[in-house]
Amino acid sequence: MSSYLVGELRPGDSLELRGPIGGYFVWEVRMGGPLLLVAGGSGIVPLMAMLRHRAASRTGAGARLVYSSRSWEEIIYREELERLASGPAGPLVIHTLTRTQPPGWTGYARRVDGAMLAEAAWPPSHGPTAFICGPTPFVEAVASALVLLGYPATSVKTERFGPTGG
Amino acid sequence: MVEATMRVDGNAMGGMLSELFAREVTSARMACDGCGKVEPLGAEHAYLQAPGMVLRCRHCEQVLLVVTRANGAYLLSFRGMRWFELPAEP
Repeated sequence: MSSYLVGELRPGDSLELRGPIGGYFVWEVRMGGPLLLVAGGSGIVPLMAMLRHRAASRTGAGARLVYSSRSWEEIIYREELERLASGPAGPLVIHTLTRTQPPGWTGYARRVDGAMLAEAAWPPSHGPTAFICGPTPFVEAVASALVLLGYPATSVKTERFGPTGG
Repeated sequence: MVEATMRVDGNAMGGMLSELFAREVTSARMACDGCGKVEPLGAEHAYLQAPGMVLRCRHCEQVLLVVTRANGAYLLSFRGMRWFELPAEP
């Protein structure tokens, strides 16, 4: 679906919309924190809504975002993320760039894996809730790695999109 | 072995089922008749490219629910689940 929106849809095209749909992949302030968000590519979109909600509600719950993009140029919401991260009680934003990195890049340069999450994610003892969004193989790998780190399966919520869109 | 790359999650069936049940269903819970595990719809595995839509248990891959549309009717088969819990308040 997102590939269709980016590559096929033209100004003036007609769409039929249904929704909003979904109460499962939702974070509300009353659910507490801390919050661990893991995004692959355009999977950042629903997670960004959670970060905006968090910023607007000025909750004390901590938030960390691990965000995998192919290159610096392909980071969606890059400037808004920088703004949020540098604001009061802003989230910790950790980028990994899997294909190309700008000169002097000192951050992660590989796919999200267990070692990265062990460094970047909240320890399970903090009682975090995790939301993962991205392509199916990405979501599967991250969810399995978090469970291996000791996250209860019920604390890991996932939303995945298939190769032909969903 | 079910092809993992064809898989999306149960949220993808949320739109159609929300229309049939006239309420939001991605948080509705169900118990797998195979392994007994309880999960919300949004956490299960969905396959949309079968004839119709197929929902499978994320733990044991048992078929939980099949939704097809034919001859002007929706056909829902709940044979793979023990129960389906829909909140009384929409």
